[in-house]
Amino acid sequence: MTIEGAVWKFGDNVDTDVIIPAPYLVTADSEELGKHCMEGVDPAFSEKVGPGDIIVAGKNFGCGSSREHAPMAIKGAGISCVVAESFARIFYRNAFNMGLAIFEAPGVSEGIRTGDRISVNPHTGEITDHTNGRHFSAKAIPPFMQGLIKAGGLMPYVLKQKQEQDRA
Amino acid sequence: MPQTITEKILATHAGRESVAPGELLSVRIDFVLANDITAPIAIDLFEKSHISTVFDPERIALVPDHFVPNKDIRSAEQVQIMRRFAKKYGIKHFFELGEMGIEHVLLPEQGLTLPGDVVIGADSHTCTYGALGAFATGVGSTDVAAAMITGEIWFKVPESIRLSYVGELKKWVTGKDLILHTIGDIGVDGATYRAMEFVGEVIEALPMSDRMTMANMAIEAGAKSGIIAPDQVTLDYIEQRAKRPFECFHSDQDAVYDEEKSYDVSALEPQVAFPHLPENTRPVSEVGTIPIEQAVIGSCTNGRIEDMRMAAQVLKGRTVNKNVRLIMIPATPSIYRQAMAEGLLEIFLSAKGVISPPTCGPCLGGFMGILGPGERAVATTNRNFVGRMGHSTSEVYLANPAVAAASAILGRIASPEEL
Repeated sequence: MTIEGAVWKFGDNVDTDVIIPAPYLVTADSEELGKHCMEGVDPAFSEKVGPGDIIVAGKNFGCGSSREHAPMAIKGAGISCVVAESFARIFYRNAFNMGLAIFEAPGVSEGIRTGDRISVNPHTGEITDHTNGRHFSAKAIPPFMQGLIKAGGLMPYVLKQKQEQDRA
Repeated sequence: MPQTITEKILATHAGRESVAPGELLSVRIDFVLANDITAPIAIDLFEKSHISTVFDPERIALVPDHFVPNKDIRSAEQVQIMRRFAKKYGIKHFFELGEMGIEHVLLPEQGLTLPGDVVIGADSHTCTYGALGAFATGVGSTDVAAAMITGEIWFKVPESIRLSYVGELKKWVTGKDLILHTIGDIGVDGATYRAMEFVGEVIEALPMSDRMTMANMAIEAGAKSGIIAPDQVTLDYIEQRAKRPFECFHSDQDAVYDEEKSYDVSALEPQVAFPHLPENTRPVSEVGTIPIEQAVIGSCTNGRIEDMRMAAQVLKGRTVNKNVRLIMIPATPSIYRQAMAEGLLEIFLSAKGVISPPTCGPCLGGFMGILGPGERAVATTNRNFVGRMGHSTSEVYLANPAVAAASAILGRIASPEEL
């Protein structure tokens, strides 16, 4: 199913401290975290963002801490997916582990602007900016990560494996 | 097949002869850790899975160090979750206040993380243990929850970058300056997904504390891990501490690297990273006039006894500038006690600094020294992102303990040579 939404555009090196500042790391409630999403760069972000909106960013999105509160806050704010030039490693892993859709796509930083309406096809990786008519291509998701998504995240994946091992 | 130290550790833990970068492996974990921010989420996931035991209650550490001593009611609740879980599942290494220190300083000090280990932690600075010759990397809470069940984790074998340091370090130049200089060179995503392997005569001459500072900040270049091959310095550190057997690995001479860099550091000055990225480094002589309101000396990067001694050397007989608040944070109870025995605490107090109990505290803007609007701090910590230590218009400058102490005295970012 294609993901479609309005774009909120950010720059390079968006770190986990601005995605969800540390004072809010005393809860695991994604709705509450969502109210403070991106507060470090744009304090009014959670009021402006609409359900299904898409974050587009530059390189190294999610750098810094290992806090899963960062992808949780993004999900909690109603964001449907994040498209970036590249992702920091721990954020990338966390996003798949907890089921936040993310796509690495070269050129999006320069080619897409805040307010554009874009669609992302998770299967083909095709990204279309309906506002300016440009197309981009997301890198293929590695098969193992696809398996995680299919299982519904890391925990269901691991538990299923453990069950099979225990049976054998 | 020639292998790097990282490949050898991962191969051994996957029951393989050798592995190649890019391969996906399930590896056995020697040690797992989480803190008061990340553990509660992992615990919630673990308990929802209805598994009745953890893989090994002696190989999990729960360290409430970020917002502890509890900064507010909700932080207290986070630690209650950890305490209950530790009791219920018999987790041996839950560190209650009084024994608690900053996780990445505490665990090596207690001999819980060792050479040749695979260590994962729900904290990005877990890469610190690479200084002991371990493969250590930060993950999220979900990975820790899964690891507490299985004792294993999936990894893609990383490519390695070989970073070689030659020359002789000038006075006041430390491991902190080597790693800041390196991040300044390769950038905050210069090592993304890769293992940074630190080698060369300069590294071999570094004490464990400086090695840990370097491995600690590998994440600040985006790396999966940082690693230094174990040698006599490592073994001397480990000897009295290790609570279980361990194995030392070394890279083969003809191991394959994705990239190799060499730094002649004889002329290197202490480095200062300007806001708002650790890559914005300058030599301290080129800083210009930057007035500061706060200096923080501590953290998992620079809160060890050697860091306290270096700060004391600069602060001795001097007084902090009237515009500056100096906060000293010995990272563990034993460092605190050692600093007391050596008379360092007296020096800090005489200089009009304050001494915090062990905690991450201000490093991540938690408590114990939050910056107000527009305030500037020099800190021996690891990140200077927007709002990292407080208000979104405040600024953090990263430096070594000697520069931080000298800056506290002069009221502006300064080299100890200026005193």
